[in-house]
Amino acid sequence: MIEIKSRNMVLQGIGASPGIAIGKAHLIEEEGGISLTGKYFIEEDQIPSEITRLKNAVQQTKEGLLQIIRDLPEELQDHAYILETHLMLLQDKKLYEQTVKYIEEKQINAEWALKASMDEIRKVFKKMSDPYFRERASDIVQVCDRILKALTGTEAPRISEIEKGVIIVARDLSPAETIQIQLEKVKGFITDLGGKTSHTAIIARSLEIPAVLGLENATSLVRTDDTIIMDGAAGVVIVDPTEDVLTKYQKRKHRYEEYRAMVAQSSHLPAETLDGHRIKVMANIEFVGEVASVIDHGGDGIGLFRTEFHYLNKEELPSEEELFDTYKDIAEIMAPRPVTIRTLDIGGDKFSTGVELSEEINPALGLRAIRFSLSSPEIFKTQLRAILRAANFGNVRVMFPMISEIDEIIKAKQILREVCESLDREGLPFKEDIEVGIMIEVPSAVIMADVIAKEVDFFSIGTNDLIQYSLAIDRVNKDVAHLYQPLHPAVLRMVKHVVDAARNAGIRVGMCGEMAGEPAHVSILLGMGLDELSMNPISIPGVKKMIRMLSVEKSKLFLKEVLNKKRSAEVVRIVEEAYKKLFPDAAYFEHGYNINHER
Amino acid sequence: MESVNNRLLARRLVIKNELGLHARAAARIAEIAQRARFQVWIVKDGKSVDATSILEILSLACTPGTTIMVKIEDKEDIDILNNIAELVEGGFGEG
Repeated sequence: MIEIKSRNMVLQGIGASPGIAIGKAHLIEEEGGISLTGKYFIEEDQIPSEITRLKNAVQQTKEGLLQIIRDLPEELQDHAYILETHLMLLQDKKLYEQTVKYIEEKQINAEWALKASMDEIRKVFKKMSDPYFRERASDIVQVCDRILKALTGTEAPRISEIEKGVIIVARDLSPAETIQIQLEKVKGFITDLGGKTSHTAIIARSLEIPAVLGLENATSLVRTDDTIIMDGAAGVVIVDPTEDVLTKYQKRKHRYEEYRAMVAQSSHLPAETLDGHRIKVMANIEFVGEVASVIDHGGDGIGLFRTEFHYLNKEELPSEEELFDTYKDIAEIMAPRPVTIRTLDIGGDKFSTGVELSEEINPALGLRAIRFSLSSPEIFKTQLRAILRAANFGNVRVMFPMISEIDEIIKAKQILREVCESLDREGLPFKEDIEVGIMIEVPSAVIMADVIAKEVDFFSIGTNDLIQYSLAIDRVNKDVAHLYQPLHPAVLRMVKHVVDAARNAGIRVGMCGEMAGEPAHVSILLGMGLDELSMNPISIPGVKKMIRMLSVEKSKLFLKEVLNKKRSAEVVRIVEEAYKKLFPDAAYFEHGYNINHER
Repeated sequence: MESVNNRLLARRLVIKNELGLHARAAARIAEIAQRARFQVWIVKDGKSVDATSILEILSLACTPGTTIMVKIEDKEDIDILNNIAELVEGGFGEG
């Protein structure tokens, strides 16, 4: 018998999705490139997913290049044009379409198809007599090489080939990859990059898979088949643990599962405070398939239905019928509970292929959401038609994202009216008196909340973007992510301002950011007087339970104390203390707050 | 002059800049052509290519002094044609 010494290496990252997992690591390496590329034939029904894989790789490469260009030091800026040319080559339709054609016609994998089109294009250039043009062949190879690396690096087939019950360790996972993974095989996610509010984190939470992100160098410290313990609440990863540690965490895992079961049991009780106030606890979802989970977790409706997925990773824009079918399904299943459909929020870290969007240096501040919808009225109208028609089948509300001034609401409502008229002319059944609301996520909308409240039926505060815009923090940038403070006094005052404005105008006000799903924040939100909280389905039972343990009266007093604090740290401290006192198990399991538990 | 240009659906142009229609220049043409509603073509020695693709443009190997023809399919895209012509005639601003 060989004695292997346990390394028991403890890594601290960002706890992005709660839960405890114990299993073997499966490392997804970044090495790739032409020499390592496998060639294989694919089945006909795999063609679409293979094309998607190519598209994702091109997109990933594009983002990588954009990042390199952005990070280029001042003295190298003159060379940026080389990369910009690569960027254009990368998106060149000849290369792309040729590759897609090969995938379709020859039924070969994306790597092989890309290499074949690259070889063909290169041949044309190699024959040229002019040395400059002949040399361009090397640019094409470089660009293709980048795409190939993206394809073979963290690509889907490798993930889908994994054995059962592993913990995925990767540099980064794109939302598309996270979704593609066969989830029954995965116990947890560990990545070098990413943070609590990155898309991977959001997806991991909605799938109830523990995730620890932002570990920086996990991929270089962990090897495939290493035994790993991960605590997705505390953000702790232990590689190659000793027997003692393993036993301890097995016990902890058991307790966590008991705790989840306990919370789930009470999830169907209404969210009513000790002093009799009812709060609607609703869900944020993206796919029809999540509706079941909303009902299972005791959700009172859909507070945010994100509609972007129809527009992502597709060649064509979705048709009205396609949108209508989806919206109708959700409305019918949820009825009579409300379903809030947010119109297209494209832009930022999302993208669309059906829509020609120009390159933006700062997409979060660019042409997205309502701005995009108003600038592409045909796309907007198609979506509104589908929403109004689906409204006939349930309790549907429409919500416009990223409103920054009153005229945007007026214009959007004008278009909504036009759509009503045309549906009426065509004799199609629809619901005209649908509730119209807006997302409050831009500071200008916060300040003008009293004015714009007169134009709408409800507000929904989108804290993720509001925090990002008002604190000037890019939440996916790890260097500043720690400054992203949901409990920043400025943020809390803004939320208070919006709720008060809504109260005065007599309209409903909800919250649909991450902040709404934190049980520890419930007391503050109750004190402010929010009517609705919308969150990941998985967070619903915990928040409902919290609401049932609190009273609005006491929460108001607590809020007063909170609003007197000058800095985030002071707010965080009193919030944590209050929470731990009330709900010790939740504090530990949901957030990794260390209290009286040996570690 | 302007009124004549506004009616033509094709312009004959001579490549003036030192490197010919090189990658960066082709990229600038492609960028403009991508904004067109209909197809934009570049023709050299009877060979037509899609002006929205840098690779296609580069494959024409337009060295300095080459004559090319830029064609659009509909007068709606006249601004696209004029912009490309301006760019080529100005030697892509490379002095």
